[in-house]
Amino acid sequence: MKRRGFLAAAGAAFVAGCNKVAESDAGARLLSAAEKWHMGAHRLLTNREALAPEYPRNAVSPFFRGNGSVDPQNGDYPRHVEEGFANWQLTVGGLVRNPLALTLDNIRRLPQRSQVTRHDCVEGWSAIGEWTGPQLSLLLDEAQLRPEAQFIVFRCADNLNGQDYYESVDLIDAYHPQTIVAHSLNGEPLPVRNGAPLRMRIERQLGYKHAKYLTGIEAVASLDDIAGGQGGYWEDRAGYQWYAGI
Amino acid sequence: MKRHVVSTRIWHWLNLLCVVVLFMSGLTISNAHRLLYWGDWGFDRSQAWLEVPRFPDWMTIPGYYSLAVARDWHILMAWPFALGLLFMWIAMPLNRHFKRDLTTTRKEWHPKAIWRDIVEHAKLNFDHGEGKYNFLQKLAYGLVLGVFLPMMVFTGTAISPGMEPTFGWLVDLLGGRQSARSLHFIFAFAILGFFIVHVALVLLSGPIGQMRAMITGGSTHEA
Repeated sequence: MKRRGFLAAAGAAFVAGCNKVAESDAGARLLSAAEKWHMGAHRLLTNREALAPEYPRNAVSPFFRGNGSVDPQNGDYPRHVEEGFANWQLTVGGLVRNPLALTLDNIRRLPQRSQVTRHDCVEGWSAIGEWTGPQLSLLLDEAQLRPEAQFIVFRCADNLNGQDYYESVDLIDAYHPQTIVAHSLNGEPLPVRNGAPLRMRIERQLGYKHAKYLTGIEAVASLDDIAGGQGGYWEDRAGYQWYAGI
Repeated sequence: MKRHVVSTRIWHWLNLLCVVVLFMSGLTISNAHRLLYWGDWGFDRSQAWLEVPRFPDWMTIPGYYSLAVARDWHILMAWPFALGLLFMWIAMPLNRHFKRDLTTTRKEWHPKAIWRDIVEHAKLNFDHGEGKYNFLQKLAYGLVLGVFLPMMVFTGTAISPGMEPTFGWLVDLLGGRQSARSLHFIFAFAILGFFIVHVALVLLSGPIGQMRAMITGGSTHEA
């Protein structure tokens, strides 16, 4: 018991030291710089078009777990569920020359990409599913990005703990061939727990980047003035890394 | 007895700091999802081969549950850890540390010789045999430097979704992402096991001399 007490005290002292470092300006800068070093290394080692692994159709998990919002009750969402999403609209706007407003039908009639990929949650679990939808690059090309656009922001219908969910990626991930606006999982319309009727797939990053209940796609020059300024719901709320390829 | 060269000593203490921070922040990351799986995927108990306990706050960084802060520490310390290990891998053959001190001989692998070594250790006689280290010590240090520590880098790289498009072969080699995650956990605890034995033996074999050897390099004419 005494030894355990000593260990606990030593552990606590070490942790207190770490927290002091993390709370100092230099420490905080160092910790956020490490995220950028990883992103730089990934971008250096990995071709911008390189694909996340795709699996055969029979590799899909028997059930696809939902996380975060799994049944939003805020705003018009419950009404959209009742209507079978017949009046759902996806807007593409911000720094574009040709803003779009698309129905689910419009989206299903575009050229489609199907991909069986693995979804990795930041918590550690993984599930495999087949996702279908148009590439985001198609929508962005149609909307014609202005040269000032640096990031693509995804607006969502779900409100979690009082804040609207949103996410963002840079143009490299936005134009990646596997970045699709998915309307189907395993050949069926998306279930509510997985983001019905539309969700993003950002296959080279962790699950929290794959925004669900998608209502808007917005091209911006900077993320600073959007919500908490960190580029996403979990980034603002809990300090998660904006680059979630780590 | 040859002294520890300065690069070995600096690496030893830097690596200790890295491993401690990585391990303690890793425990927080483990608390985020306490199930381990084999293969590519897994998300609930029915697929898990192990449910690990929840690690109490006093042994985790940051000392309370924050997956985001734990990941900050983990991805920061991964850099000096991996680059330091790479440096040692380059330095050890060059400064002959590996050949001189850590390479085992065929004679030492003889079961009788191994048994004798175990008996001597049990009698707390650590300074037997010819070189700087005897067989079991060479084996332990060789395993840690050659397998345990590098496997942490390889399995850690394999879990990173941004690395997978380029290092997919590594993920396949390790048996899929969830297998790589399980191995990351297993090797982390193998390193903890080494750490406990290592500290215990240092304490039993004259901690002052041993600490001096790893800080200043130690005396050249040791008995």
